[in-house]
Amino acid sequence: MAAFSNLTDKINHIFSKLKNRGALTELEIKQAMREIRVALLEADVNFTVAKDFINQVTELAIGEEILKSLTPGQQVIKIVNEQLIKLLGSTQSKLGVSSKLPTIIMMCGLQGAGKTTMCGKLAVYLQKQGKRVLLCADDIYRPAAIKQLEIVAGKAKAGFFEMGQSNPCKIASSAVAYAEKNGYDTVIIDTAGRLHINEELMEELKAIKRTVNVYETLLVVDAMTGQDAVNVAKAFDEALDITGVIMTKLDGDTRGGATLSIKAVTGKPIKFVGTGEKTEDLEPFHPDRMASRILGMGDVLTLIEKAQVAIDEEQALQMAKKLKESTFDLNDFLQQFEQVAKMGDINDIVGMIPGASRLKLGDKKVDEAQIKRNKAIIQSMTKEERANPKILNYSRRKRIASGCGLQVQDVNRLIKQFEQTRDMMKKVSKTKRLPF
Amino acid sequence: MGFFKKIIDGLKKTKQQIGFKLNELFKRGIFDEDFYDELEFILLSSDVGEETTVDIIDQLRERMRTDRVSDPNKAYGYLRDVLSDILGDEKMNPSYPCVIMVAGVNGVGKTTTIGKLANIFVKQGKSVVIAAADTFRAAASEQLEVWANRAKVRIIMHEEGSDPAAVVFDAISSAKSKGTDVVLVDTAGRLHNKKNLMEELKKINRVIDREYPNADRKNLIVLDATTGQNAIAQVDIFNEAIDIDGIVLTKLDGTAKGGVVLAIKHDMDIPVYYVGVGEGIDDLMEFDAASYVEGII
Ligand SMILES: Nc1nc2c(ncn2[C@@H]2O[C@H](COP(=O)(O)OP(=O)(O)OP(=O)(O)O)[C@@H](O)[C@H]2O)c(=O)[nH]1
Ligand SMILES: [Mg+2]
Repeated sequence: MAAFSNLTDKINHIFSKLKNRGALTELEIKQAMREIRVALLEADVNFTVAKDFINQVTELAIGEEILKSLTPGQQVIKIVNEQLIKLLGSTQSKLGVSSKLPTIIMMCGLQGAGKTTMCGKLAVYLQKQGKRVLLCADDIYRPAAIKQLEIVAGKAKAGFFEMGQSNPCKIASSAVAYAEKNGYDTVIIDTAGRLHINEELMEELKAIKRTVNVYETLLVVDAMTGQDAVNVAKAFDEALDITGVIMTKLDGDTRGGATLSIKAVTGKPIKFVGTGEKTEDLEPFHPDRMASRILGMGDVLTLIEKAQVAIDEEQALQMAKKLKESTFDLNDFLQQFEQVAKMGDINDIVGMIPGASRLKLGDKKVDEAQIKRNKAIIQSMTKEERANPKILNYSRRKRIASGCGLQVQDVNRLIKQFEQTRDMMKKVSKTKRLPF
Repeated sequence: MGFFKKIIDGLKKTKQQIGFKLNELFKRGIFDEDFYDELEFILLSSDVGEETTVDIIDQLRERMRTDRVSDPNKAYGYLRDVLSDILGDEKMNPSYPCVIMVAGVNGVGKTTTIGKLANIFVKQGKSVVIAAADTFRAAASEQLEVWANRAKVRIIMHEEGSDPAAVVFDAISSAKSKGTDVVLVDTAGRLHNKKNLMEELKKINRVIDREYPNADRKNLIVLDATTGQNAIAQVDIFNEAIDIDGIVLTKLDGTAKGGVVLAIKHDMDIPVYYVGVGEGIDDLMEFDAASYVEGII
C-alpha cells in the first residue's frame, strides 16, 4: 500500500543509492527533508512551524540505524511520522466537568469555522453521557444566527436559551441562571465568529469569560485553514487562554496541516474533529491518523508496520500498477479482502485506507460476515468473469448467486462495491497534488 | 474606491512583520540568496503554495538576470509585474438579464456575498431577485432574507428541506415575468468531495440553463482567504461540476492573504472578480490585482 504514495516514492528514490548501508547520513537526510518540507507546506503546515519541525527531525534521524524490515525511505518517513504524532499530542477527547455546576463551555473562532454546528454536536455527545445541556445563543451579530442555533438545539434535543440582541455578557449570565433553575448541568455558549485582530470583539469574549465561570474555552478552527492558522490560534489563546481546539470539516479532502501549526503555537490539546454536517458527526482526535493525513498518505503510514507482515510488498506494488493501468479487476478485489483479513480488525483497517474514511464506508461498518459472503461470490465466478466484470449480465449473476447460495441482489451489491472501490482508488491515485 | 485602502489596511497587519525584511533587502539593492529566501518565505506564508512560489521566483530571477537589474525600485517593479501578470485583470461584466450562482464549501461567505452583490447591482440601478436555494442549512433562508431586506431586493424562498432546484425555478419564473435584471442564487455550502451534493449543484445549474437560456450566466465560487492549499482542489472540482467563471475571495479584512488565488489563476486560469473585506453590506469590492499585490509584498 505504501506504493501509493509519491512521498515514499520520492524519498525512496533519494535513498536508492544507499540501499543496504548501515545508518542514515546527514546529506541524504537533508535531501529527504526537502521533500518532507514540500509535503508539509502542501498540507498547509505553517512555514515556520515546518522549518522547526524539519530541524528537529533531522537531528533525530542522523545516525539512526535502518531497520532490516524497512527501506531507508520508509525509515525516514517512520521517524517523521512518529515525531509528528508526538507533536500532535495524544487523544484527549474529553471535556472537563466543573465542580460548581453548571459546567460552562464557550465556543469561539473566526467567522464560518463551524461553531454553531459544533454546539449541536457537543450537545449530542454530552447528552449521551447523561448530561443535560443548554445551548445559549450569544451571536448577536450574524443575521439569523439565533434562529440557526435554535434549530440546531431542536435537532440535538438540547435546551435552548436566547435573549435576542441584548448584551452578550448579560445573555451568558442569564443563560447560566436559567440553567441552574431548570436543572441543566452544562451550558454551551455559541459566540459570534470574529477576527482575531478585532480588538473590540475580542474584548467582548474576555468580558463573557469574566462574567460567567467558563470552564472550557474551545477554539473552533476550519481544518482547511492555511498559513494564517498560527496567527489566529495565537491571538485567541493569548486573549482567552483556550483549553482546547476543535478542528471542523475534516470530512473534506484537506490535509489539515493547520492542526500541527495550532498545536505548535498554543500547546493546547486538539479535543475533537468534526466530520460532517449532522449532529452525530463528531469524532475523537487521533494524532496518528492526523499525522499520516498531513503527510498525504491517508493512514497508510500506520499501516507500514502491519503491512510489512501481512501484505507482500510485491503484491502491493502490482496493485498500484494495476490501478494506474486501470486493470484492477475482481481478482484484485478478492486479493484485497484476503490481505485485509490477515491484518486484523477490519474496521480499523478500513479507516486507514486512503480515502476510505471519507468514502461513507464508515456509515455502514464493514462486517466480517459480509466479507466472507463477498469472497464466496467472487469465488463462484469464472476466471473470465473475474478478469472482466463488464460481462456479468443478469443470467451470469443469477448463476453466480445460486452457486454460492445467495441472492442476485447480493451479487449486484458486490459488483457495485467493486466498481466504487475501483473508481475511488482511481480517483485517489489521480487527484491533483495529493501524493497518492 | 475604498478597496485600495481597506485591503492595504488589512494586509498591512502581517506585512509589518514579514514584509519589513523584504523591503529592507529591496532598499539595499542586494538580490542574493537571502533575498530570494525571504521572498520565498513571504509568498509561502501568504498561501501561494510551493509550486507557484517556485515559478514566481524563477520568473523574477530570469528577468533580473537578463536585464542585470540593480536598481531596487526597478526590481520591486519587476516582482509586482510578475505577480500582476499572473493575476490578470478580468472583470465579471455580465450582460442582462443574468443569473449569478454562488457556490462554495461551508462557511466561506456565500450568503453574505449575495447580500453585498445585490447591493452593488441595486446601486447600479439594476433590479434583483434572490433565490434562497440553500434549503439545507438551519436558518439559511432567514439569514438571506435579512440580507435581501438590507439590499431592498426581492427574495424567493421555500421551506427548509425542499428542493433547491424548485426555488431556482420559481425565482427564474418571477424574474422573467417581472423583467428582473439579475437573479442571484445562493446555494448550500458543500464540500467538493461529496459526490451527491455536487450532483445536486449540477442539477441546479442545469435547471438554470434550461429555464433561462437567453440569460447571461455567471457561476462564482467563494473562497475564504483563510483557506490554504485546499482551495485549489475546491476550485478544481467545482469548476469540473459547474464551470466556474470567477472567484470571490472573502475575509481579506483578517490577516490571511488568500495567496492561493495566485496558484489557482496560474494553474487553472480562473480569475478573482471580487474581494470581501468585512461583514458590512458595502464590504465587497471589485478585485484589483495591483493593490492586492501591493498588500502581499
Ligand atoms: N470578516 C469577514 N467576515 C465575513 C466576510 N464574508 C462573510 N463573513 C462572515 O463569515 C460568516 C459566514 O458567512 P456566510 O455568508 O454565512 O457563509 P456561507 O458560505 O453562506 O455559509 P454556509 O451557507 O453555512 O455554507 C458570517 O459570520 C459572515 O459574517 C468577510 O469578507 N469578512
Ligand atoms: Mg449560506
